[in-house]
Amino acid sequence: MYRARVGSRPGIWLSLAALLAAAGMAAPAIADESSQGGWGLLNLPVGVTSISKDVYSIHMMAFWVCVAIGILVFGVMIWSIIFHRHSRGAVADVTMVHNTKVEIIWTLVPVLILVGMAIPAAHGLMLINDDSHPQLEIKVTGFQWGWQYTYPGTGVSFISKLDTRSMAASDLDSGISAYSVPHYLRNVDHPMVVPVGTKVRLLITAVDVIHSWWVPDFGIKKDAIPGYINTAWFEVDADKPGIYRGQCAELCGRGHGYMPIVVEAVSEADFQAWLKREAAAEKAATGASSS
Amino acid sequence: MAETPHTDLHSHAEHADHDHKPHGWRRWVFATNHKDIGTMYLVLSCVLFFVGGAFAMVIRAELFKPGLQIVDPGVFNSLTTMHGLVMIFGAIMPAWVGLANWMIPIQIGAPDMALPRLNNLSFWILPFAFTLLLSSWLVPGSAPAGGWTMYPPLTLQFGASFPMLIFAIHLMGISSILGAINVIVTIMNLRAPGMTLLRMPLFVWTWLITAFLLIAVMPVLAGAVTMMLTDHFFGTSFFNAAGGGDPVMFQHIFWFFGHPEVYIMILPAFGVVSEVIPAFSRKPLFGYEAMVYATASIAFLSFIVWAHHMFTVGLPLTALLFFMFSTMLIAVPTGVKVFNWTATMWRGSLSFEPPMLFAIAFLFLFTIGGFSGLMLALVPADFQYQDTYFVVAHFHYVLVSGAAFAIMAAVYYWLPKWVGRMYDMRLATWHFWLSAIFFNVLFFPQHFLGLAGMPRRIPDYAVQFADWNMVSSIGGFAFGLSQLLFPYIIWKCVRSGARVEGTRAWEGARGLEWELPSPAPYHSWTTPPSEALIARGAEH
Repeated sequence: MYRARVGSRPGIWLSLAALLAAAGMAAPAIADESSQGGWGLLNLPVGVTSISKDVYSIHMMAFWVCVAIGILVFGVMIWSIIFHRHSRGAVADVTMVHNTKVEIIWTLVPVLILVGMAIPAAHGLMLINDDSHPQLEIKVTGFQWGWQYTYPGTGVSFISKLDTRSMAASDLDSGISAYSVPHYLRNVDHPMVVPVGTKVRLLITAVDVIHSWWVPDFGIKKDAIPGYINTAWFEVDADKPGIYRGQCAELCGRGHGYMPIVVEAVSEADFQAWLKREAAAEKAATGASSS
Repeated sequence: MAETPHTDLHSHAEHADHDHKPHGWRRWVFATNHKDIGTMYLVLSCVLFFVGGAFAMVIRAELFKPGLQIVDPGVFNSLTTMHGLVMIFGAIMPAWVGLANWMIPIQIGAPDMALPRLNNLSFWILPFAFTLLLSSWLVPGSAPAGGWTMYPPLTLQFGASFPMLIFAIHLMGISSILGAINVIVTIMNLRAPGMTLLRMPLFVWTWLITAFLLIAVMPVLAGAVTMMLTDHFFGTSFFNAAGGGDPVMFQHIFWFFGHPEVYIMILPAFGVVSEVIPAFSRKPLFGYEAMVYATASIAFLSFIVWAHHMFTVGLPLTALLFFMFSTMLIAVPTGVKVFNWTATMWRGSLSFEPPMLFAIAFLFLFTIGGFSGLMLALVPADFQYQDTYFVVAHFHYVLVSGAAFAIMAAVYYWLPKWVGRMYDMRLATWHFWLSAIFFNVLFFPQHFLGLAGMPRRIPDYAVQFADWNMVSSIGGFAFGLSQLLFPYIIWKCVRSGARVEGTRAWEGARGLEWELPSPAPYHSWTTPPSEALIARGAEH
């Protein structure tokens, strides 16, 4: 018969060693790359659209509910582990096998908590799903490996691929440090441009395999599937023009990790000017190539 | 072996030495003994655990820092694909079948599995299946690289490895179905008189339900991959949009298999934990019947939640709402289980031998995986989490600290019964602490990476993800290395462990397996145990 004796001594030493190792590792890395902000990236971005903010609040609600339940359940477990130990002379209460009242409570209370979580989630989902009355539509087509953005009725349609500096640095043993490339793997040659304060509806599809269009700051991710046209919408806050980055989120072959998405959100006036410039440039390019 | 009916232990012990068994290779190739077949399953599973683990080590090495240093992106995709397939079908599932083979007959008072030759077949299919799958590394175009989920059209793009993958899946499916049939027939027909359904140990109960899940969904997977095979070679267009087919249909069919598959891997873990925690709390399991019903509810729900793996494919609002609510419901029976285990420990008399340590780690870490699962159920939030490292963290908390830790708990719990020797507990305790700590160093930061926007299945990443990836990789190497202790501890135990005296290796252990001598005789319960023994084992 083997008795309880094996304590947690290796555990304590190992925890200390792991902490020390982590600290030792972290220190030089933080000193080198504090500007990159890697250690601080722990949570979802709040984002710049009504959808992303809604998603963030649902995420945080779920997180805090889990933390609260966790403190309660883990607290009871830890209490047992500390105080109901054989080595402390604890005697098991072998009559405690079943208690209908308690069991009904711990079935019903979670149901109520879940209902409380489901309501805001369902409400948020309906908001995200309502893509009616867009002010601008853009067709997004995924391919191996890049995106095509088409602005229907404007003559603007272009391909957006990984920028050449990232591409050069991303080769196997390229000898180019990823840190030397601005926005490594998150930069494109030709970003998508949208106006702020405008409801933009995306029509998303693909030509070869399944891809997924995702910009975390917008709070939307939608698969681009051959034979399907999926829709998604976003409206960048009027006071939040800027450059927003994401990347393909569905495994699509060798180049899956090299399919970034960059969206430039500009003022309505700048957008119209860009659209005109872009249309003229594309016209000139096709004219030049056909002559 | 002519025996007079007996129920006391001594006659069993005396007969143990007279058990005839074939010797040499015939014992294993022609094996029909459930213990031998169980051992072979466990050995195979252990080997494939290290094969799948080696793939993971290369993945973590490549992700150690930004930039590509070790493998080509195509090879990286093959590694993630093969890691998933080998761990799921090669490490976790055969381990459970091996434990079922070893434990179910001796836990229900049966002399063997009901269909011993079928049992032999279902095991011996597997080495061929994995030889086929692993040899795909050698063919032109290398191993499958479309992810273990094998979504078309991507998976249709792979060359010679594609049919090898499909046939390997077919073989694994056949093996699983045969194994499941055997489990059901054994439990339904070979229980000792007096071993009523509600006296069965929970490991037997959870495996019974698991076996029904296997029979229900493995043919679905076989159907899905067969349709893909005919799409590739015979001009059909099941999943080809250009031919009027539907690539999303594959995902529906795959996940109709895939979600129950998740529970196939975790339900037996619930069974093991439900045996280990009472044993080392010296107290019967709290709410035995509730545990059985909760297991059945989870199994039922597993059939109506599949589309939560596909929230971003563009489902209609009503479907999104249905699958969100049904998925959230799973938290209720799962919660009941966690509360019951907690209540079992409450006012117990706890000791912390290696099986209990792994079971407690299961309790904490599986619950964390459950929390992230609940978050993933919320569709709007899932739009952000889907296909990111948050999901990777979630399913590794459920499958590594869930299924794999429970398998380790089971092995450390029953090993003394299998071999009649005790393992080096100090070393096993080290194995536990190294595993538990570095598991968290490995996978906890992946929650951060996913939330910060890092997609899964990418060989290289933007530099803002570098710090936590490095931590994760260090945790990965340490976790991988510490697993080498596991086979060493088992080997040392088999060779030179201290003899276990009597029937019970653990003070608080209950159940028929602990009424047999140690090691369990080659032929056990050739006469059924007495009702008194059964009643003593089923005090709940």
